[in-house]
Amino acid sequence: MLELILFYTFGAIAVISGILVITRHNVVHSAAFLGATLFAVAGIFLTLHAEFVAGVQVIVYVGGILVLFVFVIMLIAVERSVHERQYNKQWTIALITSAILIVEIAYGLYRGRDSLVLPAVVPPAAAAAGGNSEQVGTALYTSYLLPFEIASILLLVAIVGAVVLSKKRTPAEE
Amino acid sequence: MVTTFHYLLLGAALFTIGVIGVLTRRNIMIILMSIELMMNAVNINLIAFSNRLQQVTGQVFAIFVITVAAAEAAVGLGIVIAMFKNKETMNINEIDLMKW
Repeated sequence: MLELILFYTFGAIAVISGILVITRHNVVHSAAFLGATLFAVAGIFLTLHAEFVAGVQVIVYVGGILVLFVFVIMLIAVERSVHERQYNKQWTIALITSAILIVEIAYGLYRGRDSLVLPAVVPPAAAAAGGNSEQVGTALYTSYLLPFEIASILLLVAIVGAVVLSKKRTPAEE
Repeated sequence: MVTTFHYLLLGAALFTIGVIGVLTRRNIMIILMSIELMMNAVNINLIAFSNRLQQVTGQVFAIFVITVAAAEAAVGLGIVIAMFKNKETMNINEIDLMKW
């Protein structure tokens, strides 16, 4: 019962804030509602017993990415964009496309509902398997060591790319 | 009883919201935020199946998705700043240099 209440609370917060993110005129409000969505998704992760990912979600998404968003919003003019027209001329086509996407997802879920009835899995004894962070860490550093290293290279490339993109050009380069 | 199906529906709803945001808004910041929404939807699905199958693989991949999201946000916001320096706008309809 508690599980159900938590799921619907977090799910409702996530979906409603998500809708508000894409409908607000002021970008700062959108960023605030994005924060609410991210926190709610972290709560959903907690109900799924993925404590480590929930922590990473809060630290990296809310503490890193969202702050970066707000930082950039503050760097560039907000006032002018509030008064601009907010939606594309193509919004009718966009909504039709989205409706097709919804139908597609609903059809996929409907056809695939039988495959969701998976054989019951016996959860490994908690003492033998260790905590959630330990399990994730073991998987990261054994089976997924190569993807982990590639992810670190990706982050390095992203850092260099972001610096190169936003730095001032010297007169010699121009 | 909350089943995997509930989580899949939640993920589908968030993903659709993200798609609608990307297709209808003109402000580049909100488009980037919508992309983050879609990545969160994918993460919910991954972790729902990780919980259903009692395997941590889904959680490991969710961490990779978060890594990619961080990289994407850093580069994307760098592009926004570079663009704003050149054109003084956040409106994607005015950025049509490469439009045929």
